[in-house]
Amino acid sequence: MTTFLIAAALASPVAAQEAGGRLDIVVQPEPPGLMLGLVQNGPTQLVAGDIYESLLRYDSELTPMPSLAKSWEISDDGLTYTFKLNEGVKWHDGEDFTADDVVFSADVFLRETHARLRASLAYVKSITAPDPMTVVFKLKEPFGPFINAFENGTMPIVPKHIYEGTDFANNPANATPIGTGPFKFKEWVKGSHIHLVKNEDYYVDGLPYLDEVFYRVIPDAAARAVAFETGEVDVLPGGSVENWDIPRLAEMDGVCVTEKGWEFLAPLAWMWLNNREGPTANEKFRQAVMYAMDREFMRDVVWNGFGKVATGPIASSTNFYSDDVTIYDHNPDKAKELLAEMGYDGEPVSILPLPYGETWQRWAEAVRQNLSEVGINAEIDSSDVAGWNEKTSQWDYDMAFTYLYQYGDPALGVSRNYTADRIKKGSPWNNVEGYENLALDEKWAAAATMVTPEEREAAYAEIQKEIVDDVPVAWMQELTFPTIYRCNVNDLVTTAIGINDGPRNAWIKK
Amino acid sequence: MTIFAVVVSRLSKAILTLLAIAILNFFLIHAAPGDPAVVLAGEAGAADEQMIEQLRERFGLDQPLYVQLGKYVAGIVQLDLGYSFRQGAPVAELIADRLPATLLLTLTAFVVSLVLGIAFGVAAAARVGKPSDTVLTTMALLFYATPLYWLALMAVLVFSVWFGWLPGFGYETVGANYTGFARVIDIAKHLILPALTLGLFFTAVYMRMARASMLEVSQLDFVKTAKAKGLSDAVIRRRHILRNAILPVVTLAGLQAGQLVGGAVLTETVFAWPGIGRLMFESLAARDYNTILGVFLVSAAMVILFNIVTDIVYRIVDPRIGARS
Repeated sequence: MTTFLIAAALASPVAAQEAGGRLDIVVQPEPPGLMLGLVQNGPTQLVAGDIYESLLRYDSELTPMPSLAKSWEISDDGLTYTFKLNEGVKWHDGEDFTADDVVFSADVFLRETHARLRASLAYVKSITAPDPMTVVFKLKEPFGPFINAFENGTMPIVPKHIYEGTDFANNPANATPIGTGPFKFKEWVKGSHIHLVKNEDYYVDGLPYLDEVFYRVIPDAAARAVAFETGEVDVLPGGSVENWDIPRLAEMDGVCVTEKGWEFLAPLAWMWLNNREGPTANEKFRQAVMYAMDREFMRDVVWNGFGKVATGPIASSTNFYSDDVTIYDHNPDKAKELLAEMGYDGEPVSILPLPYGETWQRWAEAVRQNLSEVGINAEIDSSDVAGWNEKTSQWDYDMAFTYLYQYGDPALGVSRNYTADRIKKGSPWNNVEGYENLALDEKWAAAATMVTPEEREAAYAEIQKEIVDDVPVAWMQELTFPTIYRCNVNDLVTTAIGINDGPRNAWIKK
Repeated sequence: MTIFAVVVSRLSKAILTLLAIAILNFFLIHAAPGDPAVVLAGEAGAADEQMIEQLRERFGLDQPLYVQLGKYVAGIVQLDLGYSFRQGAPVAELIADRLPATLLLTLTAFVVSLVLGIAFGVAAAARVGKPSDTVLTTMALLFYATPLYWLALMAVLVFSVWFGWLPGFGYETVGANYTGFARVIDIAKHLILPALTLGLFFTAVYMRMARASMLEVSQLDFVKTAKAKGLSDAVIRRRHILRNAILPVVTLAGLQAGQLVGGAVLTETVFAWPGIGRLMFESLAARDYNTILGVFLVSAAMVILFNIVTDIVYRIVDPRIGARS
């Protein structure tokens, strides 16, 4: 019997935490809703991560920690996951939290509403509650990454007594979210701010320290930088300001910057290369693109040195990363050679940047510059967010920037971009490039269901080696979005999802 | 025609115009690439066909376009602007939430620019050719030519970051829970920078227009007659010149008034002002069809309304206009 048990006492005070105070955090764009079971975009996870909880949290090494579950066991055959729940947990409306809520959330609610979890739940045979404080997940076959599926953005636990038997999407309670988390929803002034207040009945003694948290909606990136400078906000979550503003803000007195807190999501940026048609359908062309690009330069200049050049599909911060792959350094001569071999005739290719601000625009310009140096005729084809979604999901592009979260495991966040069964028109979050390699597909599938980490490690090493030679997409960079905050805010980033659950432990030194 | 008759006839035409605008907008917005279901699904970071299908069904996008149009128009006729599935609230409610902030901002800017513009214009015309006239016209040119966006950022840099005199963004101090008079003062402080930024361009326009118009009218024969009668300069300027010179300014003011709703997207964005311009912009980016259409319709209604008001003002300022028609 494999047992993971971490005493909750580990979170006990190291320094003397001070209670009280308020924290102002930028959120952008404004979330479409705060019901985490229905919406899981970035801003929603940031705010609702304080209101809702899941069974587990994960430290920066992606080791599970207790949350709503105080302990858990995985059977030796990898098929049975048993969770013991914390006692004395209450919903924000005062109702008791029980195992029934977990069963309802995972088996009924999220199966209907949560696309990403649905993929993992396909491995699940049954979810039961033998007693009010125990939940058992039984799998059909072993699924290695399953222990990573209990993160808050992946499996938020929602209140059964409010949602059972209702039309989930249109339930009026969605406007006033009820969770078990350290903070309660107080008020949402649309276009201005969201106000959360301390949950006095939180089941972890002493937590949270803060009295209230304000999430401030400030639409303009320059205005967000100003808001931080003038002291109106205390925390700029990753991506709030343009990268070139970071060094300036970081130099201010009493300002701290951290790149931690992205280990679970581990965003990896690449360009989808259209494997179906045009020059990008040719493997030699795709390899030439990799050799043509000076990705170190792009990281240093466009991203101000934040992040890491990617070597392949799996980010180096997540499990099962392997560096035993072909390394594409900046080698324009090699690129020209490959282009000559394939007989590239100068047919123009388009680059579609991500419409997420200036940094992405400049990144596309840097790529275009590098490509033109080896004789590739590239044009930038800009678009707004909806247009980007349309073009990529309808495969109407040659090279398109994107980045995807890895969710702590290749089977959860990586394979979906490369296997042929995920080639589906109409959604921008699957195998958009049209890469078909059936032999490799079998390896991805097998690696997901192996029981021991050692077996999986070997399988993923093989996959990485093979796929990096095919270059179905141009891997660019492991992104880290630095969090900028005032140094008197302590313990803000302590887990692998950073400030999404940061206010739970944060405290302000007066 | 009496003013009342004018208003009735104009209002009845306005309703038809609005309906036509609503239908045109409907087709325009559906012609833009991208659909709200994919945007919403895309933001979640993962989506399968089941999810996108569910969303389309909720949004009513799975139905033929003419059915969607029919439902939309039927709603409009009953003064129902529809439901924003993205924000989970009726569009009318979303607009009503944001409209006061926008009206406060744009009306302040409107009044400030009208008053300052006419005052400076009249002053400059009275001192034509003198140094004070040169200073005023140069400043007007500067504000006319400077991009709003840059001006806003500079204003924030100087007055918020450097001097710390005025708040750089927002509608009021968040979490301060001011009430009564303290709240009014707080909001007024927040209002200064965005209202000035928004108003300076029109101040410049009104000033140039008022100055030119004053100079033109002051050359006319009846002004000479008035002078010959021995009236004082101040009286001539106020009662004879200004009254005749003001009409072109009223025309322009009518145009600006038409932009009172939705015309402040940029200012609202830079100053994080929770108004309707931003609502429109964000809804557009997300292809939140019902919300965009709702804001467009309300804006169009305002433009038409202010056109009517402008016409009435014409008749009051210059009674000859009513008599002629």
